[in-house]
Amino acid sequence: MLLIVCPYCGKRPEIEFSYGGQAHLTRPARPADLNDQAWAEFLYMRSNTKGVYAERWRHLRGCGRFFNALRDTTTDHFLATYKSGEPRPGHQPLEPET
Amino acid sequence: MSRQSFSALSLVWRGLSRHRGWQQQWRKPNPKPGYDVIIVGGGGHGLGAAYYLAKQHGLNNIAVLEKGWIGGGNTGRNTTIIRSNYLFNESAALYDHSVKLWEGLSQELNYNVMFSPRGVMMLAHTVHDVQVIKRHVHANRCNGVDNEWLEPEQAKAFCPPLNISDNIRYPVLGAALQRRGGTARHDAVAWGYARAADALGVDIIENCEVTGIRRDASGAVEAVETTRGAIRARKVGVSAAGHSSVIMAMAGVRVPLESYPLQALVSEPIKPIFPCVVMSNTIHAYISQSDKGELVIGAGTDAYTSYTQRGALHINMHTLDAICELFPNFRRLSVLRNWGGIVDVTPDRSPIIAKTPVPGLYVNCGWGTGGFKATPGSAHVFAWTIAHDEPHPINAPFTIERFRDGYLIDEAAAAAVAH
Repeated sequence: MLLIVCPYCGKRPEIEFSYGGQAHLTRPARPADLNDQAWAEFLYMRSNTKGVYAERWRHLRGCGRFFNALRDTTTDHFLATYKSGEPRPGHQPLEPET
Repeated sequence: MSRQSFSALSLVWRGLSRHRGWQQQWRKPNPKPGYDVIIVGGGGHGLGAAYYLAKQHGLNNIAVLEKGWIGGGNTGRNTTIIRSNYLFNESAALYDHSVKLWEGLSQELNYNVMFSPRGVMMLAHTVHDVQVIKRHVHANRCNGVDNEWLEPEQAKAFCPPLNISDNIRYPVLGAALQRRGGTARHDAVAWGYARAADALGVDIIENCEVTGIRRDASGAVEAVETTRGAIRARKVGVSAAGHSSVIMAMAGVRVPLESYPLQALVSEPIKPIFPCVVMSNTIHAYISQSDKGELVIGAGTDAYTSYTQRGALHINMHTLDAICELFPNFRRLSVLRNWGGIVDVTPDRSPIIAKTPVPGLYVNCGWGTGGFKATPGSAHVFAWTIAHDEPHPINAPFTIERFRDGYLIDEAAAAAVAH
């Protein structure tokens, strides 16, 4: 089980969280202007990165808030967690990995 | 090159002569400078595609590139369940094509894949389940796929260890039974296809990871770059399971896939007790008994995307909670081992077997949590697609473009969870 650092509540076990998929996807500002291909890109295409991946989590059974995380999908180690709306940080860990 | 033919007689003969003289089952060739077709991924789907290309489409210059070893990926990590009781017409055609090929596969390959149509029973635990599963039964029968509704007592008669008491958290309200469904020996499927393909001249190159796909000035596939050097090919078929999106990105093609860990486990081996396959999508339990005697139990996917081939213990515990309630006499068994594989999941939980926007590049991916059952059918239509440069009628609906055009084959909604 992963230990995930909620930016609001601190380190908690994975079962308190729900996963929200790829982070930093922005809903189109002018939806009516999109063609089918652009909609398919927005709705269905994900980078599915093998390596450092920016993703959303929600502390569902804690504070209930969404936040973002950087995780290495080849090791499942978290490099950082940060609040929604903040830019993706550099790859330095916020705290030492255990 | 000639191959030993397997039969009961040859087994007795080799046994009496102290098992000397068994041959290597496939060669270990070095890669040639170029091939007509390269298949990326040496699992059952990729090896099968190479076999059908050589056997039915007359191609004789084919290579299968495998990053690790044959059968070391998802082909050797699944829970071997075979069935075709899918809701939609497109899925029923594809999966039933596969079941029909399973029925003759051991003879086709001269290799015992131990296909055992012992029956797959899917349990209903709620009123909603009953309605959905009865709908599946009727839809399947309209499509010529056998499936029948069982009341709880009939389900218990078919699978005596099943607990049909009212006093459990999710009582069994009934079940759908596909009698033609069952299991097969997963390793034997990979080995059988590898051996048969090799006998037809296919080069199976293990420990050869693809690191790039080279395209010519027109954009068409020209070669693949690997850890064993560049290899030319006019056609490349990608059949790389959890790494499909990684390989496709090398050619600049985006596919609607996310890769998740999926776990399974086996109990210690016990005497034959479990006569069929039982699945419950509602409470996440998938169980059968292998011929070695281990109870083979499938768990769910983890919540997050990953390439680690391992998952969290609480996922397994969730499944074991359900198993122990449905089959209380398994509570005292020990778990022998557990493992994970990386599955490539599409938004509608149906696969993609298709041409891509890149000429000469084909993809067979998105099998998610249920690709093993489809191995022969998938390989067969993928080989057709590569050979003819157009899809077989069975896989024609399973394109990448269906996500753009809104023509989803939404088994995700039909099955609610993993399938």
